Amino acid sequence: MTTRQTATPVDVQKDASQVRQKAMIARHFDRLAAAPDTGEKTVYTFVPGNLTELLLSFDILPVLPEINALQSAMRGKSAEYISVAEKLGHSEDVCTYVKSDIGMLKSGNIGPTGQRLPNPDVLLLSYTGCFTFMKWFELLREEYDCPVAMLHVPYQADGRVTESMRRYVVDQLRQKVIPVLEQATGRAYDEDRLRECLARSAEAEDDLVWVLQSARHTPSPIDAYFGAVYYVGPIFSSFRGTPDAVAYYRELRAEIAERIRLGQGPVTPDGDLETERFRIVVEGPPNWTSFRQFWKMFVDEGAVAVASTYAKVGGVYDTGFRHDPSHPLESLADYCLGCYTNLSLPSRIDLLTRYVKEYSADGFLINSVKSCNSFSAGQLHILREVEARSGRPGGFIESDLVDPRYFSAANIKNRLESYFQMLEQKRPGGAA
Amino acid sequence: MRYTVGIDLGSTTTKAVVLGDDGTILGRGITNSRSNYDVACQVALGEALINARFSLIDGELARSGLAADLRARQLARLERAFRAEQYRSQLRVLAKELRRFLARLLTKPKGLGKSVDQIVASMEAEVDDLYAEGARRKSDFFRDLAGSRYLALAEAEARATGVGFDTLAGLFDKAILDVENSPEAAGRFEDHARAALAGIPEVDERLPAAVDRVATLQLEQIGSVGTGYGRQRLPFPEGQIRSEILCHGLGAHAMFPGTRTVLDIGGQDTKAIQVDDQGIVTSFQMNDRCAAGCGRYLGYIADEMSLGLHELGPIASLSTSPVRINSTCTVFAGAELRERLSLGEKREDILAGLHRAIILRAMSLLARSGGVKDEFTFTGGVAKNPAAVTALQGLLAENYGELTVNISDDSIYTGALGAALFALRTTGVRS
Amino acid sequence: MSADPRLAALVDRADRLYRDYRLSSVRDWKARTGGLAVGYMPIYVPRELLHAQGVLPVGLMGGRDDLEIIKGDAYYQSYICHIPRSTIELGLNGSLDCLDGMLFPAICDVIRNLSGMWQMLFPGMLVRYLDVPQNFDRDLGGRFYRDDLEQLARDLAARGAAPLDADALRHSISLYNEDRRLVRELYALRGRAPWKVPTHELYMVLRAALVLPVEESTALFRTYLELVTHDDTRKPLDQARVLLTGSFCEQPSIGLIRTLERAGCYIVDDDFVQIHRFIQSDIPVDGDPVENLVVAFLTDAMASPTRYVETGVKGDDLIRRAEEGGAEGILFCAASFCDPALLDQPMLVKAVERRGFPWTAFKFSENSGQFQVIREQAGTFADSIKLWSGA
Repeated sequence: MTTRQTATPVDVQKDASQVRQKAMIARHFDRLAAAPDTGEKTVYTFVPGNLTELLLSFDILPVLPEINALQSAMRGKSAEYISVAEKLGHSEDVCTYVKSDIGMLKSGNIGPTGQRLPNPDVLLLSYTGCFTFMKWFELLREEYDCPVAMLHVPYQADGRVTESMRRYVVDQLRQKVIPVLEQATGRAYDEDRLRECLARSAEAEDDLVWVLQSARHTPSPIDAYFGAVYYVGPIFSSFRGTPDAVAYYRELRAEIAERIRLGQGPVTPDGDLETERFRIVVEGPPNWTSFRQFWKMFVDEGAVAVASTYAKVGGVYDTGFRHDPSHPLESLADYCLGCYTNLSLPSRIDLLTRYVKEYSADGFLINSVKSCNSFSAGQLHILREVEARSGRPGGFIESDLVDPRYFSAANIKNRLESYFQMLEQKRPGGAA
Repeated sequence: MRYTVGIDLGSTTTKAVVLGDDGTILGRGITNSRSNYDVACQVALGEALINARFSLIDGELARSGLAADLRARQLARLERAFRAEQYRSQLRVLAKELRRFLARLLTKPKGLGKSVDQIVASMEAEVDDLYAEGARRKSDFFRDLAGSRYLALAEAEARATGVGFDTLAGLFDKAILDVENSPEAAGRFEDHARAALAGIPEVDERLPAAVDRVATLQLEQIGSVGTGYGRQRLPFPEGQIRSEILCHGLGAHAMFPGTRTVLDIGGQDTKAIQVDDQGIVTSFQMNDRCAAGCGRYLGYIADEMSLGLHELGPIASLSTSPVRINSTCTVFAGAELRERLSLGEKREDILAGLHRAIILRAMSLLARSGGVKDEFTFTGGVAKNPAAVTALQGLLAENYGELTVNISDDSIYTGALGAALFALRTTGVRS
Repeated sequence: MSADPRLAALVDRADRLYRDYRLSSVRDWKARTGGLAVGYMPIYVPRELLHAQGVLPVGLMGGRDDLEIIKGDAYYQSYICHIPRSTIELGLNGSLDCLDGMLFPAICDVIRNLSGMWQMLFPGMLVRYLDVPQNFDRDLGGRFYRDDLEQLARDLAARGAAPLDADALRHSISLYNEDRRLVRELYALRGRAPWKVPTHELYMVLRAALVLPVEESTALFRTYLELVTHDDTRKPLDQARVLLTGSFCEQPSIGLIRTLERAGCYIVDDDFVQIHRFIQSDIPVDGDPVENLVVAFLTDAMASPTRYVETGVKGDDLIRRAEEGGAEGILFCAASFCDPALLDQPMLVKAVERRGFPWTAFKFSENSGQFQVIREQAGTFADSIKLWSGA
C-alpha cells in the first residue's frame, strides 16, 4: 500500500488491469506535458457528457479539470488551492472543484502527475447536468485566449429524451462544436474515424457493465462505489474509444470473473474484504480529501457498495445505452442527454430503487456533498422516497468533494456506525 | 449482587444507569464530563452505584415493614447526611491539593496561604447549612458547588486582604482537576453511610440494620455497554459500544413502551428517531454538521446573558409575544442577541423566540426522519426546559394533530438506560 | 404641499398584495373568470403565451422574513439557498393550492431539481421545467425553444386553457409591451430622481404586479408613475447612487432594502423582480408571434448570470447599466449559496474594477432579519463614495 500523500487511483490494487491503467494515465500526462513541444492540440472539457470519441477523431488531447481537482484533493493539495481561489474573491459557498481548479491554475497549473499542464487550444463546454460547468468555463475563458465550443444539453425534466432535444444537441455538434474543433486542429471532421472510436467504446462499455453488474453476486466481487472510482476511470476520462480502454476492460472483466469463481469479496486499500456484512447502494459523489479514511469506515463495518450512482456520472450504461457507430452524432447526443446528473429527480429515485432491489441491498446511503447542488438539492426527498418504495432504510451523511474543512471524520463515523448498527438490529433475529 | 451498567458519554454530562439482573433500574448517576473520559465514566458509575445502594436500602426498609412516608423521610435524611459527608471528604482533598499547588508557586504573595486556609475553613463551616433540610443547591456537581462558594469567598478575601483574586482562582482551577480524579475524594459508600447515620437524630432502628446489609453487599458487574458522543473514547471493548441512536430508541421504548417517535436534543446534536413496537430503530436523522439548534446553542445564549442554563426556559415562559428569530447559528447568536436587546426587545420575548427557533429546527429533522407518530417521546437536556417543551407541544399539535407527548423526569438517562438494556441482553441473563 | 393620499393608498394595496401568501387576488380572479392560474419561479417565463391562452401567470419569489419554515427545511441541507425551502413550505401549507401549474425556468440546479420534487409533491399540477436555451442561434436554440413553447401551449390547452391563437398572442404581446414600457419609465425616473421613487416602494409595486393580470398591473404601474412624478413632497438627500446586483432570484426582505437606503444609498438600478425588465424592448406585434417571443428571448434579454455569454465580455452589460444609470458604486448583493450570482461575482468584480467603480459585497437570505453588519458596511461604502466624489 502507498501512503495517502502519493496515492492516486491506480495505487489501490496491483492487479494487472490496474498496472495497465496506471501506465495509460502516465502516457496521457506525458503527452500533455510534451504538447507545447510536440504541437499536439489540447482541449479542456468535463466528464459528464464528454465527447471523447469526437476529440479522438480530431487527435486533440483532453484535459479534465474535475479529475485534476479530485486528484489535487487526493494529493492533499486542494485545501491550499481553494484558499488561493477564495483569496481571489471566490465565495466560500460555491463548488470546491472550481476553486481547486482555479487555485491550481494560479499556482502554476501543475497536474496530478507533477507535470505542468498545457494551456488549452479549445475549451469544450459540454453543459450537461451541472449549471456550474457553464460558470467554470466562463471563468477559465478569462484566463485563456482560446475559442470556446458551447454545447447546451437540455435536461431530462420529464424523464425522457424528446426528438427536439436530440436534434438540438446534434445540430449544435454539427454547427457549433465540430467547426471549432476543425478550426483549432486544422483537420476536417472524419466521421469514419469517429465510427471506429464509437465501436470500440461500445465494446468497452459492455465489459464495464458486466463488471458493475457483477455486484449482484453474493459476496460482491467489487465495491461499486469506492472501488468503482477506479473501474470507471478510463471510460469516464480520456480513454473511451481507444484500443487501450478496450484492453483494460477486457482484462478487468477477466479478473473479476476470477474473483467470482474464487468467491472473493472486493479489493480494498487494506486488502480483500473477508466478510460481507452489509450490501449498500450509494448515491452521491465520494469525498476525495479523505477518500481512504472514508472507504475504511465502510470496510471496518464489512459494508460493500453494490451499486452507486456516482459510477454513472460519466454515462448510465447499465440501462442499455451504448455508443452506436451507425448513428455517430445521435449517439453522442443520447450519451450526453443520458448522464446521471441530467436525470430528473423522479428518474433518479426510480434508478436507486431499482438498484436496491436488483442488487439485494440491505439499505442505501446518501453522501451529500456541499459543492454539488446538481446532486444534492433534493437528496433528502430522494431519501424519503427510496425508503418508502424499496422498504429499505436510508442513511444520510454530509461532506464535500475536495474541501477538507467539510469532512468531519468523527461526525461521519458516528452516523455510519449508527446506520450500520440499525441495519444489523433490523435484520430478522438481529443482534442485540 | 449482579448488575449491568449502561454509560452515556455526552458532550456536557456523562450518565450511568445500573440495572439489576431482572432488568429493574437500581440506580442512576451523572457527572460533568469536563475531566477525562475514564474519570467521567468512573464517577458516573460510582454515583449510580451509590444511588443503587440507596434504592436497595429502601427495598430493605420496605421489606422490614416500615411505612412508605417514614421510609422516605428516613432515607432523605440519610441521603442528605451522606452527601454532606461526601462533600466533606472532597473538600478535604481540595484543601490538600490547594496547599500542594500553593507550595509549588514560584512567587508566593504575602498572606496567600492564610487566605486559602481562611476560605477552606469557611467552606467547611458551611457544609451543614448546605445540606440542611430544605436548602437549595445550585448544582449537585462538586465542581460547580464548591467552585461557586470558593470563588465568592475568594473575592471577599481578595477585597479584604488585597491578595490577588486571580491567583486564588488559578489555584482552584488546578486543584479541582485532581479532586475530580481522586478516588479518595469520592470515598467509600460504607464509610460515608456510617458517618451519616451517626449524625442523624431520631433514627428508626431498622435503618442502621438496612445500611449494614446494603453497605457490605458485593456488587458484581456482569455487563456494560457504552454509548454517546464520546463512546469511542470509552474504556470498553468495541463489542460493548452501541450508537446513541440505538440506545436512545431502546431507552425511550423502555420508559414509554408506546413510543414510536423519539426526539432527543442534547448538547452537541439533535436526533430524530423512529422505533417500532420492540424499540428497534427503523430510521433516524441527526442535525447538520454544525451545532445550530442544539443544546449548546442555549449554552451560548445563557453565557451571553450571564444566566444559568436552567434559568432560560422559565424566563422565556414569561413571554407574551415572542420575537421571530430565523437563525440558530451559534456563531451569530451573541451578535443577534445584542442587537435585539439594543433594539429594546424584551429579554423574555427574545428567549421565547430562540426556543421556538430551536424547536423549528427539530421539527424539520423530525420531518426528515419520517414525521411524528403517536406516541412521541422527548428526551435530552432540552426536554427539561419548559419553554422548549411548550413550543414543541404547540408545533406538534399544529402539524401532526393530537398525540401523546412523553417526557420523563429521568429523560437525561434515556441513552444510558438503552445501553444498560443492551448490556443486559448480551449477558444472556434475560432476553 | 402634502403628499397625494392616493399614493399612500396605492402603496398600501401593493404591500397587501406582496404580503398575501395565500394569493387571494389569484383566487378572486379564478372565481371570477374560471381560468387557470400557473405559478412561475424567477427569472423569466413567456407570460404572453400564458395570457394569450387565458391563463393567469403568477410570479412566485419565495417567502419573506416572516414565513416560518417548518416543512421546507426538511427537504434541504443547510448549504442550499433559502428560496426553495419557502417555496415548498408555501406549497405544502396550502398557500399555492389555487395554482393549476408551476413553471420552473432554468436558473440553476437547485431550481431545476425543485421541478422534479414538485412533480412528486403535487402530482395534480402541470409542472414544467422550462429549459430555456443557452444557444442563441435561431435555428438551434431558437428552434428548440420554440418546440418547448409549443409543447407548453398544448399542455395548457389539454388542461382546459384556450388553444394558442396567433391573434390572441399578438394582443398579449402588445399588453406586456406596455407593461414593460411603464416599468422602464419607472426605472428611468428613479435613475433621474431616486428620491421620488424609493426602491423599497418601487419593489413592493413590482412584487404586487406579479400576482395581478397584466391589465391590472399596467394600471398599477401607470397610476404609480403618475403619482410619484407629481409628488413634490419628496426631496433629494445627499446619498450615494449605487447599482445593486445579484438579487435576481431569491429576494432580500424589504427591511434589507430599507437598511441600504437608510445607510445612505440611492439604489438607481437593481436586479429585483427582473421578469418585468428581462426582455429589454418592445416585442414586435406583427409577423409570427411565437417566433417573435423566441427571438426576443434570444436577442433582447438582459445579461444574467443564468445566461451564457456567448459573445462579448462578461460584465459589459453591468458596466453599461451602471454608466447609463449614473451609478457611483456597485453593491454585490447575492443570496447565500446562490451559485449563479456567486460564481459570476469574481468576473463582474474584475469588470467593475477595470472601470474604476468602487464596490462592496455582502450576502443575504430572504429570511435574514438582522442587518447590523450590512448597515455598517453600506453606510461606510456610501460615505466613502460621497467623500470621493466631493474630493
